[in-house]
Amino acid sequence: MSSGWLAVILVGAATVSLKAAGPVFLGRRPLPPALEGAVALVAPVMLVALVVSQTVGGEGRLVLDERIPGVAAAALVIWRGAPVAAAMAVAALVTALLRLAG
Amino acid sequence: MQKTSREGATVRAGARAALPLAPGPVLFGLAFGVLGEAAGLGAAAATVMSATTFAGSAQFAAASVLESGGTVLAAVVSAVLLNARYAAMSVAVASIFAGGRLRRFAEAQLIVDESWALAGRSGRFERPLLLGAGLLLYALWVGSTALGALAGEAVGDPEALGLDAAFAALFLALARPYLGGRRALVAAAAAGAIVLALLPLAPPGVPLVAAAAACLLGARR
Repeated sequence: MSSGWLAVILVGAATVSLKAAGPVFLGRRPLPPALEGAVALVAPVMLVALVVSQTVGGEGRLVLDERIPGVAAAALVIWRGAPVAAAMAVAALVTALLRLAG
Repeated sequence: MQKTSREGATVRAGARAALPLAPGPVLFGLAFGVLGEAAGLGAAAATVMSATTFAGSAQFAAASVLESGGTVLAAVVSAVLLNARYAAMSVAVASIFAGGRLRRFAEAQLIVDESWALAGRSGRFERPLLLGAGLLLYALWVGSTALGALAGEAVGDPEALGLDAAFAALFLALARPYLGGRRALVAAAAAGAIVLALLPLAPPGVPLVAAAAACLLGARR
């Protein structure tokens, strides 16, 4: 089995269980409050970690290249309220043009 | 927004309520198909992942780790961490599900950020809204992934097109709504610093998993 399929199966099985956790396994018991605080931070923490690794990550090293101005431009339009698709287009366009010129 | 009495809220009303959100799953689905192709998943595996996992950010995370040469374990752990919130969200709506175990299990799979948020729009969760919204979003998500994966084979070099930067922008846009409070900002900054520090040292994917430690800043002592 390819590593891609293995990841697909494992992530799928885990997610299916997480979504069913409330209705099937836990009933109406709430999460412990200490855990709830940590769970609330998972999305911002993991997404920002992904931004950084996707922007300057290489194969086991830091790579500073045309992605940085692309993502910076996208950050600008995101904080001005642009929709996600527009932000992606801006990042791709800036990065692709700089690569073309470089 | 049409008025629906609590009992009269139908599955169809849920689908209608989710209709304005349709561009989201369609565009992300296409994008996931393309990235999945670039990550070496292939069209079939990418589509199966959308059909079973049905959670955008986790799927992007797994594909992104695999695409950068990370291990299956790192890909799975970072995706599962992103989906940990579904345990909390499904507990919050547990009481609206009825029927046998199998039925509750199947219906719970339609819980996704948008359907969950819409289901609670009246201040209390309504099952038909969740099912209607979830079914529409599911069909769009799986369908557009398949299209994107097939198109991805024709796209060519994703880096020449700047797609790697586009995915960083995607994650940033997804993070934006969470970055309001001080606590989230501090934790996110810590996570970013952990990734920066570990990128040159650790194998691909590991920095992401280590960054999850920043979530502990939110655990109450």
